[in-house]
This record gives sequence, C-alpha cells and structure tokens, in this order.
Amino acid sequence: MKKLRFSINNIATLVVLLVLLLVMSILSPVFFKSANLINVMQQVTVNAIVAVGMTVVILTGGIDLSVGSIIALSGMIMAKMMVEGDMNSVAAIFVGILIGAVCGLINGFLIAKCKLQPMIATLGIMQVARGVDLTIAQGRTVSGFKPFFRKIGVGTIPGTTIPVQIVLMLVIYLLIFYLLRYRKFGRYIYSIGGNEEATRLSGVNVERYKMMAYVLCGVTAAIASVVMTAKLNSAVPTAGEGYELDAVSSSVIGGISLTGGVGSLWGTLMGAMIIGVIKNGLNLLNVSSYLQQVVTGIIVIVAVLADAFKTKAVGRKKSN
Amino acid sequence: MKEKLILEMEDISIQFPGVLALDHARFDLRRGEVHVLLGENGAGKSTIMKILSGINTDYSGKVIYKSEEIQCKNVQEQKRRGISMIFQEMNLLRNLSVAENIFMSQRPTTKIGNIAWKTMMKNARKLLDSIGSDISEKALVSTLSVGQMQMVEIAKALSYESDIIIMDEPTSALTEKEVDNLFRIISTLKEEDVAIVYISHRMEEIMKISDRITIFRDGKYIATKDKTETTIDEIIALMVGRELQDYYPRIQVKPGDKRLEVKNIRQGNTLKNLSFYAREGEITGFYGLMGAGRTELMRAVFGADTIDGGDIYVNGKQKKIRSCKAAKDSGIALLTEDRKHQGLVLDFDLNANMSVTNLAKIMNAFGINSKKENRNSQQLVDIVNVKTPSLKQVVKNLSGGNQQKVVIAKWLNSESSIIIFDEPTRGIDVGSKVEIYKLMNQLKKEQKAIIMVSSELTECMGISDRLYIMHEGKITGCIDEDRIRNVSEEEIIKYATGSADE
Repeated sequence: MKKLRFSINNIATLVVLLVLLLVMSILSPVFFKSANLINVMQQVTVNAIVAVGMTVVILTGGIDLSVGSIIALSGMIMAKMMVEGDMNSVAAIFVGILIGAVCGLINGFLIAKCKLQPMIATLGIMQVARGVDLTIAQGRTVSGFKPFFRKIGVGTIPGTTIPVQIVLMLVIYLLIFYLLRYRKFGRYIYSIGGNEEATRLSGVNVERYKMMAYVLCGVTAAIASVVMTAKLNSAVPTAGEGYELDAVSSSVIGGISLTGGVGSLWGTLMGAMIIGVIKNGLNLLNVSSYLQQVVTGIIVIVAVLADAFKTKAVGRKKSN
Repeated sequence: MKEKLILEMEDISIQFPGVLALDHARFDLRRGEVHVLLGENGAGKSTIMKILSGINTDYSGKVIYKSEEIQCKNVQEQKRRGISMIFQEMNLLRNLSVAENIFMSQRPTTKIGNIAWKTMMKNARKLLDSIGSDISEKALVSTLSVGQMQMVEIAKALSYESDIIIMDEPTSALTEKEVDNLFRIISTLKEEDVAIVYISHRMEEIMKISDRITIFRDGKYIATKDKTETTIDEIIALMVGRELQDYYPRIQVKPGDKRLEVKNIRQGNTLKNLSFYAREGEITGFYGLMGAGRTELMRAVFGADTIDGGDIYVNGKQKKIRSCKAAKDSGIALLTEDRKHQGLVLDFDLNANMSVTNLAKIMNAFGINSKKENRNSQQLVDIVNVKTPSLKQVVKNLSGGNQQKVVIAKWLNSESSIIIFDEPTRGIDVGSKVEIYKLMNQLKKEQKAIIMVSSELTECMGISDRLYIMHEGKITGCIDEDRIRNVSEEEIIKYATGSADE
C-alpha cells in the first residue's frame, strides 16, 4: 500500500515532467536539440545534488536552510587554497567537503542533541556560514583554477560527450538511493520521520542518525559547491543564495512530505529536473528571470496543494 | 433529605469505540456534601463526571439539576449553570497571570470594551482570599507550584459561582501540607452549601473528607454508602466484587535464574527507591492504580527516561542503561502502553514496523534483502497470528488487537530475553486478549523473563506468577508464587491504595 502510493506519486511527477518537455518543445523549436538538453541537465546538476541531502533531512522531519551558505563558504575556502595557497586540487576538494561536513555536524548537534528546531538552528548556521564566507572573501571573487579542477564542471568523460558533472550527479543519486533503500541508515531515517518517539523506543540511536542526515546534507552541499565553482571558474562570495529554497522545492515537487517519512529520491531528481526545464524554457522564451521566480513559486504551491488534495482524497476513501 | 438534592443523574449510558463505558449508571448529589466517586481504573468515574461537565456529550439518560431536567451539551453552558470540573492535568495557561486565568472566559470589561484590569485584579484577590490563599493575583502561573495551581483552579471554579465542583484526583500531585490546605478549603465550600464530587483512590483521604461514597465498577453503578455506615474493607469488596474468570490460561513452568534485577531505582518524585527482580520462565506482574508509577518504572528500566540513581543487573551483570538502544542491546524489550504514538509508525507497513528492531537479521552482504525481510515478517505474523491482507498493509488500517500483535511481533523479532509488556491488553477485544495471554505463556515456556504491567486486577492475578503492587512510586506489596493462587483481591487493593499499613 505504501509502496503503491509512492509509485503513483512518482508517475504523476514523471507525467508532469513529460508534459512540460512536450509543451516546451512546441513553444520553442530549439528546446529539443541535444545541445540544449545537455544544457538543461548541466543547469540542473548543482541544485539536484544539493536536493539529495535536503531530501534526507526532510525525510527525518527536519529542514536545512544553511545549504546555500555552506556552498559559498566551502567554495570560497577551496578556491582560496587552490589559487592563493597553491594547494593540490584533490586536497582542496577534500578540505571543502570536510567544511561542509563540519557545518552539517554543527546543525545536527544543535538539532539532535540540543533539541533546537531545525528551522531555527539551520537559519542561525546559514547566517554564521555566510558571515564567515564574506569575511574570508573580503568582497573579492577568487578565480583561475587548474584544468583538472575545471574538468569537474565543464569536462566530459574521455571519448564521449557526456559531461562529468552529470555522471557525478547520477553517482551520488545511486549511492544515496542505495543507502536509503538497502542500508540500516535508510530504514532509520524513514522511521524517524514517521514517528521519532516510536523509533527511539525501538532501540534506535535517533540522535546519531539525525546528526548523520545533517552531515550528509552538508557534504552534498559542498560537493555541489565543487561542481559550481569549477563550472563558473570562480568562487563568488555571494554564491548559493536562495539555493536552499530550490532544493526544498525540488524535494516537495518530487513528493517528499515536509512532515517526514514519506517520499523517494527519484521524486527529488524529477522535481529538480522540472524546475530546471521550466527555468530553461522560460529563458528560451525570453521571460525575465524576475518572472521566473514567480513561476517557480507558483509551481511549488501547486505541488503541495496537489499532494494535500491527494492525501485528503485517500483519507476520505478509507473512512467510507 | 430529599429537598437538599441538587443533582440526579439517572440511567446514564455512553458508548466509546469498542466499549460501553457507562452502562445505565446513576449518581446523585446533595448541597453541601462531599461525595466521593470510587472505582478501579476504567470503572467510569471520570466518564460520568465528564458528561456532567459537558465534555462527553454523546450520552443517553436523564440529568436533573436543581429540579429541572437539563441536557449537558457544552462546557461553557454547564459552567454558567454552576457546574465546574477541575482536572487532574490542569487547564491553566502557564504564561498568563493568575487573575487572567481565573477570569479566562469572562473577562470584566469597561464600557467601551477594554479589559477592566483593575476590577479583574480586585475580584481575583477577593476570590483567592475567600479560599485563604496568599498567591499573588499578578503572579505568572508558570512560577507556581502544582498545589498553588490547584488553588487557582478552585478560584476559577468559584468565579462561576459554582454550585457543584468536581475534583478529579486533586491530591495526586500535592504535598501533605497542600493537601491539608485543600481539605480546609473544601470544608469552607461545604459551609457555603457547594456540593463537591471528589474522585480519588486514596482510602485514608476518602475516609477523612467524604460524606457519602458511590462505587462504580466496569461502567456500572454498584452502591452508595454513608461514610459513617461503612468500612474500608466493605468499600474495597464493593470495588472489586467479581469472580476470577477462567479465561486466564495459566501454565506451570519452573522459574529459573534471575534475568533482570533492579536495585534502588530513583527518579524525582515518581520513583522512590524501588527494587525488584524478574526470573526466566516466569511472568512477573505489576499492579497499581493510575499514577502509581508503573509505566515510569518500566520506561526507566528501558532507558527511555533518565533516572537519578539505582542499579540494573541483566543476567547478574551490572549494566549502564542510558538509552533504549543500550537496553535493547542488553536484551530488554519494552512494549509500550501507548502503541499508537510510541509503539508503531502508523503510516508504515507491517514490514517496516517489525523489521526495525533487528535489521541485521534481514541483511546480506549487499544490504537489506526484501526476500529475507518478507520471509522473516511472514514468520512473525504467523507466530502472533496477525490478521492482515498483506505484509504491505499500513498498520493504521489494522484493528487495535492486531496492532498490538504487530508490536509484539516487532519485539519478538529483537530476540530479547527480557520482555516488558505495559498494559498489553488495553483497549482490545476479549478474543485478542486470550491470544496475547497464550503468547505470553509461550514465551514463558521458552524461558524468557516476562514482565507484565496492568491496571486490571483480574488479569494480574490470573496471569502473573509473582505480583508486585505499586502505590505512589513505591512497591507496597509483593505476592510470591506460593500465594498468588489464593490471595484475595481485597489484599491487593489495600496495597495499591496505600492503606495496608495497619
């Protein structure tokens, strides 16, 4: 019954995506060109990677508003170390991801151990991380990376035309899908979102798994930062602003319930693609970026309303 | 006498899902008396008073108040008529002042509709003075002690110029001094011809302040006695008064070693230095009335709540149990009383609910294997006999009895050697009850140590091999295996009401 509802949900999201693709290709002749499709995918990757961690956090019944600032902070430190410190790219990436993990650990500690509201804790860390980022950056953009690093953002897999960043994104999705579906981690994450107290009383170390969820979210934000910094060939102090909202929107459009315990990662991926396609389509149709925000906002609301409506309908059917 | 009657309730019945909570019950009340309502948990005492105060409205029967037949339809209307109820869990807004709480729904106002603060404060002061309380009317409720809050509740009831005040276990959280103070106030109220309904389990209190005592049992009216014409023993006999039914299928197993031993466990005001043990091949029962601390004790042993001190030994080895995980890893299982909120994830299916206690069992090198999971779940479902169309059924859609079986299955899955059942048969039908007893017996045969907490006396006597009785955070009595067959219910109730000291 549970699985059935998930798949209906995923199919619904998939249908929306396909309809969008169809509409866009009718409205704009260049949309379905393979160059543009790859373009869409490339626009999607950063948000889609951030949304993975966000989904895991939302599945526990929480939220992480600090991902945008984590992107900026870890990107800025990575860039400084590579450009000004002349550090090896791999080592710098490692440090960047570590910074994401530490931010996530602080979030998780505040939420799981100190019992702060996720919204408040991550709102605080969002400000702190942004402030540290701006202080380090001193208002300057850092750019000029080695070719190896740039490849992550703009390179292709040798011998093909497949962008590295898309492969990276898919690998992350597969990995987290595996964790959620086949490991204890996933079972506990869903269970915590479904009923935290019952999960604790089942002998699960709830605090530990909640902390792991936020660490994972920090790590995926940092990975997204690597991709974005490499793509732009620069680390911008104000990078990542508003990305938390895109990530939450992707999850919600994909059917992840904000109360926790319900939804699947494939939904999130489709949610991210829907947002990407709409943005790309509106670009092609020369709609201003200001209006694009209006459209994205409306879509999130419609998605949540549709979900609420569906839940109500299911509830009614049951009570009859 | 007749003209002093202020209230008559006749032929009152009310149906809750699955049970007839009140079965043609009756109750009457005279001006200026303290009338005690007495009965075991679930006898229907609170239920009939909730009808009178306008909370349970779906009743049938006749209520005559001040010689007029009335319908008890809502709380506000009943309060205006002069009927107020003070609840066990108090209904005060903690962040408001005492005066604001007293005049919660009837704020005095000025001509243009502003709140008349001065009048309100003055009236609050008057009310508090009238019950001899020195609490400041301006104090925030959150700064008060539980006893003081009780005073505020009483003042609030008086603000409606109540003729009937219902007190549901008012002394359960009070200190001795506060109880004395409350009794003084009750006598004052009596002199002013206010009728008081007093629900309590404490025998000594009841004998001290009551004028008449009405006894309920299983939703039925049993008797009303004048205090001067009765004894504690007679009252207890009336409260219990039934034969042990033979649907308790006890089996004989020779008990083995002590699996669990708890020494001097303490927790704030709820657990006061308790020690007990549970042996394998034995069902250790815990009986007590509401608020005796049984659930708190089991939660403490299971590491669900923090304790102030005490030692826990599992199989003779001392264990530090600071979390439920630690308890589970030591081989303890707790089937919580509140299965909906604490035992199950209602929106998840049977598989997810049962597997969570032991995922290692359904994993292979790759991870969780759904074939293994289905096989394991099917075995569990067969053992406890859950009636479900499939393992993918969402547990929310199962009946109470089947949900309880899923909880049992979930903990069987953990392969624990010490299994604590907290109210395992509450709210489920008789058929499922017997099945659950049989399961417990089966586990007993498998040399598990079983602990069963229950509020049903007959169940405790029928199933347990040894029985501990609790009262106000202490173990007040223990019936061992030699005596469990022929102990009287009266004796147990004496321990449970703390009146066995003489």
